[in-house]
Amino acid sequence: MKEELIISGRENMLVDPQLHIWHWPIPLYLFLGGLAAGVLFFAALYYLLGKEEEYRTAVQKAPFIAPFALVIGLTCLLIDLNHKAYFWQLYTTIRIESPMSWGAWTLLVITVSAFIWCALHIREFFPNWDWKYKWLKDLEMFFNRYKKQLAWVMLIFAIITGVYTGILLSAFNARPLWNTSVLGPLFLASGLSAGAAVIVLSSKDKKERLLFTKIDLIILGTELFLIVHMFMGFMASTQVQIEAAQLFLGGPYTMVFWIFVVMLGIIIPGVLDLMELRGRHIPAALPGILVLMGSFVFRFIFVFAGQVSRWLY
Amino acid sequence: MRYAMAVDTKKCVGCSDCVVACQTENNVPIGFCRDWVVEVIYGTYPQLEVEIRSERCNHCENAPCVRCCPTGASHIVEGGIVMVKPNKCIGCGACIASCPYDARFPHPKGYVDKCTFCFHRIKQGMKPSCVAVCPTKCMYFGDLDDPNSDVSVVLKRRKHKTLIPEAGTLPQLYFLI
Repeated sequence: MKEELIISGRENMLVDPQLHIWHWPIPLYLFLGGLAAGVLFFAALYYLLGKEEEYRTAVQKAPFIAPFALVIGLTCLLIDLNHKAYFWQLYTTIRIESPMSWGAWTLLVITVSAFIWCALHIREFFPNWDWKYKWLKDLEMFFNRYKKQLAWVMLIFAIITGVYTGILLSAFNARPLWNTSVLGPLFLASGLSAGAAVIVLSSKDKKERLLFTKIDLIILGTELFLIVHMFMGFMASTQVQIEAAQLFLGGPYTMVFWIFVVMLGIIIPGVLDLMELRGRHIPAALPGILVLMGSFVFRFIFVFAGQVSRWLY
Repeated sequence: MRYAMAVDTKKCVGCSDCVVACQTENNVPIGFCRDWVVEVIYGTYPQLEVEIRSERCNHCENAPCVRCCPTGASHIVEGGIVMVKPNKCIGCGACIASCPYDARFPHPKGYVDKCTFCFHRIKQGMKPSCVAVCPTKCMYFGDLDDPNSDVSVVLKRRKHKTLIPEAGTLPQLYFLI
């Protein structure tokens, strides 16, 4: 038997008795960042494939959610900083070994590209839009000329943003639950499925809806595979990771994870997608809303559960 | 130069003098501490064994906090001491989450704070305040590259361990057992 006591009364705020340095803004940002990455990825992809007219919502309309999501997400990140007035220090250096550093730069690139992309398609929503100043018109012409390059930048940086939200957490060896390389692809998949869900929810075109329902189904399948894969990895790993996995396999997060993330967020919308593809009539918005909910809950419980998991000594 | 510290778990009585000395010396805000004392009891009564450890930042050779810091505020100075530059720190908390020893905390002013091995004292040839104040003299501090330093001598002589070496951080806080 072994019993451990801290006798000097260490109770550093936000660290003891349990680490809680990252609050609700972080998972909210991870969700919004993933969502924006998903939407922008599909917009750039179908533009580059030359399907701009065929899939109008995906390329021209849905991306409008990205600037809002990113600005709210960035605000969340700022809110969670303890030394807010110094945030600009992030942009004085690039440190490749720190995911947060290159992630901050990636966010800058993707946010700027999202704004430019939306500016180029603003007439989708305001047909009589006028840029008023000549230099803004010139700027629009400039980016219209290099739209293909912009789409490539957006495509690549959308993937990096999606993966980065996972890598940010997986880089911490001290939190065994986060310390798995599956987290990058898993968060990317979760972001892409959220993006596809937004397109399905906002599209009125039947062909487009069916395509993104199909895409959503494939990504949901991948996500489920990655989750199973992650737990297999944990169970075959060291004691600290076995204990971390126990948080979801009988521990305090079991119910919320398996019901809200796996069942309601992945399996049920997947089945509904399948029914829709088979021609059954289902409430059109249901799978999309469920996917978004699942993706949202997933980030929250993963960030909070990760801070409970730790090394034992 | 490689600064390190050794704590004799057989001699330590857990008086917490090191904790108070550190708080006083470094003006640690009330309610926070850079070092702390842990008591571990092994066995079942009446066969009990006690280990008392005065713990702090391990000034790791492979420091995850320095690696994950996005601005370079967490850095390593001469002698392998891990320090934080308050005016570069954005208080993102990445280093706090990355530390397997939970040795860092957010200072109420916003930046992240931690043990510095009393860098301001050792620069002047003095010992860190926790070591200097210890009534049982159970702590040893010095340069591992100097074979005659207190810490080198005692580590050569005594059996010792580090905390969670399997985390791969190469900690430089040794416990004599």
